[in-house]
Amino acid sequence: MKRMTRRDFLRKGAVLGAGISAVAPAAARAATRRDPSPDRMGVLVDTTVCIGCRSCEWACKTAHDLPTPPIESYEDRSVFAKMRRPDDQALTVVNRYDNPKKDGHPTPVKVQCMHCAYPACVSACIVGAFTKRPDGAVVWDTGKCIGCRYCMVACPFQVPAFEYKKALDPKIMKCDFCSARREKGDIPACVGICPVEALTYGPREELVRIARGRVKRFPERYVSHVYGEFEVGGTDWMYLAGREFIELQFPKLGKNPAPGVSETIQHGIFAYFFPPVSLYALLGGLMWIAKTDPDSGEEG
Amino acid sequence: MEGYMKPTPIRREFITPGVLVLFALAANGLVFLAGRFLFGIGGVTNLSDQYPWGIWIGIDVAGGVALAAGGFTTAALGHVMHREEFHAIVRPALLTAMLGYTFVGIGVCIDIGRYYYIWHPIFMWNGTSALFEVGICVIIYIHVLYIEFLPVVTERFIGRVDLPGTLARFNGRIDSLLRLLDRGLSRTMFVFIIAGVVLSTLHQSSLGTLMVIAGPKMHPLWQTPILPLLFLLSAVSVGFPMVIVESLLAARSFGLKPEMEILSKLGRLTAPLLGLYLAVKIGDMFIRETFVHLATFNTASVMFMLEVLLGVVLPLRMLMSRAVLKSPPLLFTAAALVVAGVLLNRVNNFLVAYTPAYSIGSYHPSFGEFSVTVGFIAILVLLYRAAVMIFPVISLPDRGASARAKYSIRG
Repeated sequence: MKRMTRRDFLRKGAVLGAGISAVAPAAARAATRRDPSPDRMGVLVDTTVCIGCRSCEWACKTAHDLPTPPIESYEDRSVFAKMRRPDDQALTVVNRYDNPKKDGHPTPVKVQCMHCAYPACVSACIVGAFTKRPDGAVVWDTGKCIGCRYCMVACPFQVPAFEYKKALDPKIMKCDFCSARREKGDIPACVGICPVEALTYGPREELVRIARGRVKRFPERYVSHVYGEFEVGGTDWMYLAGREFIELQFPKLGKNPAPGVSETIQHGIFAYFFPPVSLYALLGGLMWIAKTDPDSGEEG
Repeated sequence: MEGYMKPTPIRREFITPGVLVLFALAANGLVFLAGRFLFGIGGVTNLSDQYPWGIWIGIDVAGGVALAAGGFTTAALGHVMHREEFHAIVRPALLTAMLGYTFVGIGVCIDIGRYYYIWHPIFMWNGTSALFEVGICVIIYIHVLYIEFLPVVTERFIGRVDLPGTLARFNGRIDSLLRLLDRGLSRTMFVFIIAGVVLSTLHQSSLGTLMVIAGPKMHPLWQTPILPLLFLLSAVSVGFPMVIVESLLAARSFGLKPEMEILSKLGRLTAPLLGLYLAVKIGDMFIRETFVHLATFNTASVMFMLEVLLGVVLPLRMLMSRAVLKSPPLLFTAAALVVAGVLLNRVNNFLVAYTPAYSIGSYHPSFGEFSVTVGFIAILVLLYRAAVMIFPVISLPDRGASARAKYSIRG
């Protein structure tokens, strides 16, 4: 099937009618939804520099008070045999993808929350437990969360993890972009420990410039694609790679923010409460007519 | 019509062999439910970071909400359109909706990790969230359903409050409270009835919006921006078939004469509703050109075909036949197919269509998940049975009384 833009997607849906008249003005409004701060920070992950040492995994666990094995144990390369995902015990993991070329180096890929500019989790959360902070971080509030896991359904990168084994107060676990550390003027733990500077921390706008510059200067080293520059409306963590991102299991996503269609529908159904209130009035009118109809024979 | 029908409590023995089986299923479910509270959701279910939602959401919540739609469709028909001939089925449908939504609420409570924060959405709003909308509407609607059921309670107990022992001195006060409620409700009930229809329309459709945000994680056969419309249309279509199924089952269980006169009319009304749903579903498929996915033989395409052919096309054809509408077993089959089709649609939307971005395995519900779901259904049936024995819900032929007697029709 050919790929559809969001506009097509919406227009084709609109052809099918009913209630869509309400969606059209809402679609225009959706464009003005609160945009993220232009000064927000991000991280550029250069997978061609990364050596797959997994120190970032250790630093992350230490910084977040998660049970942490001794750093020597991270030299174990056998974990690369299987693709791993961040979970409730590890907010970031490094996977390694073998190079199809015989003498080519394998590509290590660090995985964590992408910190979307327009996060699906923030839009979806039933109680608004997620916030996109001006510093770029998408953070979760334990005081609000009810544990419904809709954020996990919504996230296009399959990042939020849930503490399934906990009977009381299970938490949603995800990279918080070291929000607390950064407030104190520190840099993210993973960025700080990286021995080869595969991770660059800085204002997102500048990172985009750096990334484009590297791709332009070393076209033989990089594919001409900065993953995260435009995906789902842009993410604050971005990636450079020497191979197509699809080979590194990055999901193929469009340029439109993940919550776009859903929010458009929501705002359409609830545009100033007009649709529900008019439905109420319509039904009330119907009921009154039906009751006062002389043929019906029953007093009102 | 042969004589007037009047809602009457059914007098039968509560315990039958079937009821004992239901008790056993309920007990089994409660054991696993205890496991969920002791060891966490992961202790009982096969849910994971890849598959955060399972059958407790797909069947108990999404399926439950759809199958309880009979409450608002019959209220719309009987009260809003004021079609008196359907009043006899309004109360059974209302009871099902009330119990159904109660179990939807319980289903949500056990599936969320922090059930003791279930009240959070009432105070912590997120207007962009489809789930928030569903949650708020369902919370309000459950209350509306209980209010709509109150006249049945006042009718049963006015003049008959008879508490034992020392509590007897409250008899008079409770009786006057019931009378006060009854007077107030008879004047204001229309407010709640319309509210019930509006709230249902809203959350039935928003339930469809839920999965839209999953975007490409959802199979294109189901992922469409008109999901809310499809959910609403299918909920409206399944309302009457659900009433038919219940009514015929109850008639059989209690040895009553099936109310075929009303039920065939409901069956006939279902056909155009189901037809509209089918037309929109097929139209959406052609506009988005998703039929190409039917050419590949896999779980998704098979489930989609099952859902559409057995759950919509076949019963639609059946309901257009006069012979089917007149025969209780055939009408039951057609209605049961619609019910199964909509249930399958919800399961397909929430579970089958969902493929995580990084899929390591697939999700198969655990024995514990099935046990809890089946146990809840068993408890629901038991409560229904108890309720129709205590309260005047099911209409029986009434000798000598007028249909316009004060309490015969409301509620």
